[in-house]
Amino acid sequence: MIELVGVTKTFNSGRPHQFTALNSVTLVVRPEEITVFKGPSGSGKTSLLTMIGCMARPTSGRIFLKGVAAALPFQEEGVEAVEITSLPERFLTAIRRSTFGFIFQQFNLINGISVLENVMLPAYTTGEGVAHVKARALSLLEQFSIGRHAAQRVELLSGGELQRVAIARALINNPAIIIADEPTAHLDSKLSEEFMAIVAQLKSEGRSVLIASHDPLVFDSPLIDSLVEMRDGEVVSSRSFR
Amino acid sequence: MKRSIERHLNILDFALSSLKRRRAKNFSLLAIYLLVIFLPASLLFFVSALKREAAIILSDAPDLVVQRLIAGRQDLVPKIYAEVIAGISGVSEVRPRLWGYYFDSWNGANYTIMTSDDRSLKQGKASVGSGVARSRKMKVGSMFPLRAEAKAPLILEVESIFSSRSDLMASDMIVITPEDFQQLFNFPAGQVTDLAVTAGNARELPTIAAKIVSLYPDSRPILKSEMQRTYQAIFDWRSGMVMLILAATMLSFIIFAWDKATGLSAEERREIGILKSIGWETSDVLLLKFWEGAVISLTAFLVGVILAYFHVFFFSAPLFAQALKGWSVLYPRFQLVPVLDAYQLVVLFLFTVVPYTTAIIVPCWRAATTDPDTAMRS
Repeated sequence: MIELVGVTKTFNSGRPHQFTALNSVTLVVRPEEITVFKGPSGSGKTSLLTMIGCMARPTSGRIFLKGVAAALPFQEEGVEAVEITSLPERFLTAIRRSTFGFIFQQFNLINGISVLENVMLPAYTTGEGVAHVKARALSLLEQFSIGRHAAQRVELLSGGELQRVAIARALINNPAIIIADEPTAHLDSKLSEEFMAIVAQLKSEGRSVLIASHDPLVFDSPLIDSLVEMRDGEVVSSRSFR
Repeated sequence: MKRSIERHLNILDFALSSLKRRRAKNFSLLAIYLLVIFLPASLLFFVSALKREAAIILSDAPDLVVQRLIAGRQDLVPKIYAEVIAGISGVSEVRPRLWGYYFDSWNGANYTIMTSDDRSLKQGKASVGSGVARSRKMKVGSMFPLRAEAKAPLILEVESIFSSRSDLMASDMIVITPEDFQQLFNFPAGQVTDLAVTAGNARELPTIAAKIVSLYPDSRPILKSEMQRTYQAIFDWRSGMVMLILAATMLSFIIFAWDKATGLSAEERREIGILKSIGWETSDVLLLKFWEGAVISLTAFLVGVILAYFHVFFFSAPLFAQALKGWSVLYPRFQLVPVLDAYQLVVLFLFTVVPYTTAIIVPCWRAATTDPDTAMRS
């Protein structure tokens, strides 16, 4: 479970162009569910996901990870919750690497290297043997029906294929939580539906999926479990369908 | 431990892959870098080997050479000086020497003409350096004329050609008998060019030199150590001239490398953001950039040094020969014996590899310490 308590994020604090992206957000995201954050551009969806995903720290407020085996060297046995907002950068990175998998709006794959290398990248720094990582990456690519493109450079793939590579990359370290930011923004309806089917599959594997989207194909999908509606940095409504 | 090694290997693997995909940029950088290493490394090898060669040859030189000066200019030494100097205690041998220079208007070269005490060399015969033989297209048995003072040319036959091992000193040398020497230059009888003095104990040499000056105030004794110092200074001066030119090249490379390395492209910034967002630590990104820089600079250093080694010790340094070896138009042709000066190589390494690697790391460190959420928003 992820719990947010009074999370506020202010950019350019104290300057004339100060901007509050999130304003005292308090929220609970249940585990092993698909939670969609809906709202127009600038509503604070992406900022919220970056805070949860340990990519940035809130200006104020706290975020707790509960029941998630975060890779923290000091974590005591039996302690369920980790308060991530006060952790040093090194530990945030360790949690980000082990607990979260990210699917970005622009896919954020690295051009010039192969599909396989892109998928393996997050595991390079874990110190795991390259043979193991490679086997896992190939298996993921097969799972998403793009195994035949493993040796190809990513820039030669179509939009739908790129996204499946991005999903495979997000899963390479076997994370408990998948974060996807506007994942269908560059996909047609058919590919968007395929994406939602993959999301359902991830959920069935016991993962939590957090999606920020303003695409009706996503937030109206019967597959989702919770819908959080946001506007102007605040949670307008939060509904659960289960 | 194993995980740490695996992490390094994985990041190194990705660094190589990154270098490969920016092939054109990295190859051009490597080519310039290689040249910057190759030139000073060649120079260092060349000068070290040359100094060593000169030192070996000079080790056979007499302990002391006595010249005579008149009005500050070198003049001929009366043979009687030799007999008197031989009487100074500590002097074991005094050998009067005849030698001079001969300008060959045919090819514009200056030859060093020396006489031999070796009685096996007959009148009308000569031993010549390989440079002389080359310039006159001569081999053993060839006849050649030298324009003598008495107007009638002195015809000599080549009896032997010095081996290329002694080429540094003997390339422009012609050795003839004292009789032929006197005929060639119309050299006054009872006079010699200088005296070669040998002492039983090297520590007595300064005292012997002082005694010679006291006996003959017009004499100038030159110690072997002074000759060695002069040769070292000549080579240092020559290499200094070339080094000055190379310094300008080096400086422009540093400016080039700094410019290339410090300016991260938007693509590189984006990639650093992506790596951070997918769980790479700042130290991982820096390690990646360190390996990228290290691969380029170490490759350039190793290949540059190896090429310089071949250039100097296998091809006799054609790029520097004109500036460093010659004192006449007859440049010696010889294979230098390889000499490696570890200290100089370490200095070259520190002045090239370290600044480049640092120049790469600093901007990446700046980019890598920013929040990874910038990648999320790109």
